[in-house]
Amino acid sequence: MSEINYTPKDFKSDQEIRWCPGCGDHGIITSVQKAMAELGYPKESWAVISGIGCSSRFPYYMNTYGFHTIHGRAAAIASGAKNANRKLNILQISGDGDALAIGGNHFIHAIRRNVDITILLFNNEIYGLTKGQYSPTTKLGTKTKTSPYGTIEHPFNPGELCIGAQGKFFARSIDTNVGLTAEILKSAVEHKGTAVVEVLQNCVIFADGAHSAVTDKEFKEDRQLVLEHGKPMIFGKNKDKGLRFSSTGELEVVEIGKNGVTEKDILVHDARNPNPFLHWMLVNMKAPEFPVALGVIREVEAHTYDEALDEQIEEVKRISKIHCMEDLLNSGDTWEVK
Amino acid sequence: MSQETKVIEKHDVVIRFSGDSGDGMQLTGQQFSDTAALFGNDVATFPDYPAEIRAPQGTVGGVSGFQVHIGEEQVKTPGDYADVLVAMNPAALKANLRWAKKAATVILDVDAFTEKHVERAGYTVSPLEDGSLADYNVIPVKITDLTIEALKESGLDQKSVLRCKNMFALGMIYWMFEESVEHTEAFFDIKFGKKPAIASANKLVLKAGFNYAANVHALATHFKVAPAVIEKGKYRTITGNKATAWGLLAAAEKAGLPLFCGSYPITPATDILHELALRRDLGAKTYQAEDEIGGICTAIGASYAGNFACTTTSGPGLALKSEACGLAVMAELPLVIVDVQRGGPSTGLPTKTEQSDLLQALYGRNGECPMPVIAASTSGNCFDYAFMAGKIALEHMTPVVLLTDGFLANGAQPWLIPSMSNLPEIKLRLAKEGDDYKPYARDPETLARTWALPGTKGLEHRIGGLEKMNITGTISYVPENHQVMTDLREEKVARIADSIPEQEVFGNPEGGEVLVVGWGGTYGHLYTTVKEMRAEGKDVSLAHFNYINPLPKNTEAIFARYKKIIVCELNLGQFAKYLKSKYPQFEYKQVNKVAGLPFTVVELKEKINALMK
Repeated sequence: MSEINYTPKDFKSDQEIRWCPGCGDHGIITSVQKAMAELGYPKESWAVISGIGCSSRFPYYMNTYGFHTIHGRAAAIASGAKNANRKLNILQISGDGDALAIGGNHFIHAIRRNVDITILLFNNEIYGLTKGQYSPTTKLGTKTKTSPYGTIEHPFNPGELCIGAQGKFFARSIDTNVGLTAEILKSAVEHKGTAVVEVLQNCVIFADGAHSAVTDKEFKEDRQLVLEHGKPMIFGKNKDKGLRFSSTGELEVVEIGKNGVTEKDILVHDARNPNPFLHWMLVNMKAPEFPVALGVIREVEAHTYDEALDEQIEEVKRISKIHCMEDLLNSGDTWEVK
Repeated sequence: MSQETKVIEKHDVVIRFSGDSGDGMQLTGQQFSDTAALFGNDVATFPDYPAEIRAPQGTVGGVSGFQVHIGEEQVKTPGDYADVLVAMNPAALKANLRWAKKAATVILDVDAFTEKHVERAGYTVSPLEDGSLADYNVIPVKITDLTIEALKESGLDQKSVLRCKNMFALGMIYWMFEESVEHTEAFFDIKFGKKPAIASANKLVLKAGFNYAANVHALATHFKVAPAVIEKGKYRTITGNKATAWGLLAAAEKAGLPLFCGSYPITPATDILHELALRRDLGAKTYQAEDEIGGICTAIGASYAGNFACTTTSGPGLALKSEACGLAVMAELPLVIVDVQRGGPSTGLPTKTEQSDLLQALYGRNGECPMPVIAASTSGNCFDYAFMAGKIALEHMTPVVLLTDGFLANGAQPWLIPSMSNLPEIKLRLAKEGDDYKPYARDPETLARTWALPGTKGLEHRIGGLEKMNITGTISYVPENHQVMTDLREEKVARIADSIPEQEVFGNPEGGEVLVVGWGGTYGHLYTTVKEMRAEGKDVSLAHFNYINPLPKNTEAIFARYKKIIVCELNLGQFAKYLKSKYPQFEYKQVNKVAGLPFTVVELKEKINALMK
């Protein structure tokens, strides 16, 4: 769909990037610029809207329209912008604190309404900008500055929250996997409706290795399942592991070629199934018992808020007798004083 | 009950309808008001209802009232005290007798004065028997029984029958005021077009009440109020909330932009959102957000993307929006924030009026965060000030607070319909493709920045809540730059004084003994007070403010011309405090009230007279 030949460089602003060396954000911005170049939408059609946090500095580094807003509110501001001008491609940037703690209400309601925006959720399981407090996604028991004896609260799984809020699109990637993140982002942008993309991002300073159980070289191939619509759920170094339903109706990992298991027994990914049951099971898989699901996990068509608003306006305009303010002012009960 | 009817010709009459909150008193009052307006009287109304939708039946807490003031001259207030009080039960009488003049006509539904209801209203002895009504012209009518009788062949169930009894009272009042029932009959034909049985029952009872009054000569007094001499033209009835909504729509049309309203329901502001939601035909985009913060933030997003954006709320909602107001100030985006003030703090008195959000509107934000504040002063001019709020926001690239209040919002008045062609132009500050765009470069006169809408080729730029480098808009922590930008934001709002009208004075503009100062929704009461005091020979003038931040440029010069300044407001003295900070050389006497109710002319006169001594 390339309308204009861009390179990722065209999307870089002249501002010096101030994220810490080694921060996962560097990889994510590379992925975003790659995806934007490949999508080929006019540069001026992009509005990158962020909240507050390390990741929310993002718009300043992009040579697009950008709005760095206030803590937690990016989803609301992005929703307003999309409804004001449907031609814009809105990319919302939020961290796990921004989107799921202070902005949790806007996050779930944007998803429920299905406003056509892409929410890029940087999940590093920590508050980085305020220097190391636990977040709504921090694993139970983790020691941070505000949980010196370990956290005692249950974390959110963003995918589960998204599906619970009637999410129609959820995908997951890893900061260092630029190719996968860019591919997912392209699908997310092309999806009509709210698309949530969670990126497992590493904070080298305050939560280094939070995702290492999934991302470490030595076992990443055995602990990452990259889902593709219509393809069997196969993973592992030798592409010999897969998922199927157990006799009790739960997911289980099986090895192809052992105990009579063949490729035909392996579940085939259907991202477009409106029934979220299996998607929910997939987003909840945790290492090391299971591989972590990556790729586009759920991608279901439904009407979007902004298109329904547009259609309703057109319909009411068509049937109403009031076409301008002068009509309205003089409508209904009026009388003349002579 | 058989005395001769006497006709009293009056300049103005005040009627108060009261009953249970389910008795339809608001509708009854509104019908009377519309009918009088159609006849040619000037009209002002005051709905007074509880926060509970259906409070326990028959209790004082559940009483709903609606006061209508009609006159042959301009009426600027709903009137202090009623000439006629309709009370549909003992609780309504108990709650409203204090608002009736001595010797007022009091129409009671005696069927509702059962032992149980009398007790529930908090009386130990029935007021019909203890002589407490001796000073009033009491008209006891078996309204319930007569309504049932009138509808005995209607086939309607008991509940539907009893719902019509307010129309019996209204029919009597129409006879008493020599008004026609036609307007209300037509109203029912439209309202219950799909339920003709209900429409005809209401019309039947209305007629029954009218005929009853005529036949039995129950009403000794019969009022006649001649049509008012008011400006010629086409009129309609409008409430403050509707006028606010229409003013915002008018600004959008003048600016050539779609209107976006991000809001969350809150009493008493929600009717603005209702009204705008109807206007898909004018392209209005209403967005019922998940909370107050979502309301203003979607509006900020819409403004960023190029719509004329607004958010509507009341005091507690404004508190929730304050951080986002700061973002709009920092990003210098046009936005109108409507605050329909109610009694506070906290949940306070949601359905009652107050002017206690002024300091919140002026100062309730973190940092040095100036916002223009303007206030409407009549239900009708909510239209003009909503329009002006939009014009200022768009031309000066700033969020603007428009203050109205529960009294203006729910009150209705006949309104001379304006013509769109007479409204001033709104000139947008849009950057175009090819411009050498600098996000924070400013107009040398107004200091307003230019709006570059996302989607415009070549103008890609970033804005946000962090301090901006002057002109370029990049992030800046340079100490001197923060000083420059803070000063610029302050000065930009101050310079709005160059584009607003000068303050007017009613009475003696050249100066004199006393200047009464007010702002916002108290205009009608202050104007009437000053007018009456002047007729009594007192040297009193009125400066009533609509532009609060910035103040009109001639404010200081006006204040210097009077020996005494008395600031009257429905709070503990917030405007007086503000004026003291602006012009400390003057002394400000104060008249304040926080009772959830408007001033009365009687109490204003008394207090101003006392301060004049």
